[in-house]
Amino acid sequence: MAIDKETVKYVAHLARIELEPEELEKLSRQLHDILGFIDKLSALDVQQVKPASHILPISNVLREDKPHTCLTPEQALENAPGKSGNFFSVPKIIE
Amino acid sequence: MDLNQLTAHELLDKIKSGETSAKNILASLYSRIQRIEPKLKAYARVKADNKPDFIPQESGLLSGLPITVKDNICTKGLNTECCSKILGNFRPPYDATVINKLKTAGASIFPLKANMDEFAFGSSTENSFFGPTHNPWNLECVPGGSSGGSAAAVAGDEAIWALGSDTGGSIRQPASFCGVVGLKPTYGRVSRFGLIAFASSLDQIGPITKDVEDAAILTRIISGYDPNDSTSVNQDVPDYTVSLGKDIKGLKIGIPKEYFVEGMDPEVKSGIEEAINKLKSLGAVSNPVSLPHTQYAVPVYYIIATAEASSNLARFDGVQYGYRAKSESLIDMYKKTRAEGFGEEAKRRIILGTFALSHGYYDAYYLRALKVRTLIKNDFDAVFRDFDCIVTPTSPTSAFKIGERAADPLKMYLSDIYTISVNLAGIPAISIPCGFTKEGLPIGLQIMAKPFNEEMLFKIAHAFEQNTEWHKIKPRI
Repeated sequence: MAIDKETVKYVAHLARIELEPEELEKLSRQLHDILGFIDKLSALDVQQVKPASHILPISNVLREDKPHTCLTPEQALENAPGKSGNFFSVPKIIE
Repeated sequence: MDLNQLTAHELLDKIKSGETSAKNILASLYSRIQRIEPKLKAYARVKADNKPDFIPQESGLLSGLPITVKDNICTKGLNTECCSKILGNFRPPYDATVINKLKTAGASIFPLKANMDEFAFGSSTENSFFGPTHNPWNLECVPGGSSGGSAAAVAGDEAIWALGSDTGGSIRQPASFCGVVGLKPTYGRVSRFGLIAFASSLDQIGPITKDVEDAAILTRIISGYDPNDSTSVNQDVPDYTVSLGKDIKGLKIGIPKEYFVEGMDPEVKSGIEEAINKLKSLGAVSNPVSLPHTQYAVPVYYIIATAEASSNLARFDGVQYGYRAKSESLIDMYKKTRAEGFGEEAKRRIILGTFALSHGYYDAYYLRALKVRTLIKNDFDAVFRDFDCIVTPTSPTSAFKIGERAADPLKMYLSDIYTISVNLAGIPAISIPCGFTKEGLPIGLQIMAKPFNEEMLFKIAHAFEQNTEWHKIKPRI
């Protein structure tokens, strides 16, 4: 399956990464090659095979619903590039 | 020999007998670092005059012995940046579970963190925001990756021992390139709480050490169930040192024919063949086996690992920590932060992974890759019904030159061709030194075993090591 520049541009938008025109050009070419290599997988018949989303035979891991200590607001905000009171601050969302 | 050149178990003996102390060991590490770190660059953010104000707590089983930690494992109050600009100056407010366990055992967490490929994306440590690490055996070569800083520090005696992480070979391949021991434990053996996630269905933390005994000691300390990591398995942790010094007579070794094909360096091939003969001379029995889906491992990996990475790395958006680009609108701030904060390989993998998960492509790529992963796991299950372990090279070549593969991502991805299947199948594997090329670069032998059978790995690896001299040879820097 081929991947064109328009697709890469759209996917980069989904991934919230701004690409320079040269980056888009280079990346489209590289992804095209990588996907060409990955297309090897289409040679296999996997209709009857179950997907391995998890490799261990464990499921539904639950814990008791008990209170425990967690980060204080000050600790959680320690590394924030922008904060205001007890909140992370970001550029305005609603005009 | 200087203290920094010794193994952890040798140093622990010396501490116990009163011959030395953690403080002396630390001093010897610092003097080594001051001398060779400008050439090696095994540590992130280190400057020539950078001698952190740090005194080891000489207590517990490990008596304050320092351990070097990869830059993607959270250490409270110590910079943990995954060698990425986007996590610039991040100081975790908590310790990873492995760090807690080490501290409880009396280890001192070395305040300098080991260099790595940004977010563990790479096989050469060239993708670090702080610049590449150099191989102690040849400074023009890469140390492997992504835990290249940990492996180079241990091989160059800038560390006693170290922690790395392994998603597709990131402990074993650098261990092989640097001539040291590296273990990827079974998926679920070691808690990943506090390991900054790359691909959650593949990541494991493991030891990089100077010999097998150190690896056995360290693996026992960091293993075990953790309620903070729901993928960690509640199963007893054996004393792995009990597996050392054992007879390997009659053990059945499988040699997968798919691993001995084109692309393998002839010197690596003969090194591995010699190693297999050595194991046979110690009484092991070897037979050819088949892992028929081996050729699909790299493509499966680059779908699953990038898909999971694209999701895990969504959290780096300039809001809660790290770098933030200046912008007036939120979406634009995200896009600029990620454009300026991530390196080239990180962007490539996030975009590839986002593509594999996106509407219209999910079934063709992601779902198909998960199904082929089942086939790869079934291959291993079938072999392990009749064999105790599988022996292969760790990497098809010895360390390559810095810059040699940097321009061709696909060529770089193929560096991991022998290590990736292990992560996909969730099994444990160890890399140990088994020889050198004519140019004096180390060759690594990989041993794989059934899930939760690390004991088998230590048993065979230790028997091999104790009957060879490879682990005793040090690089001259």
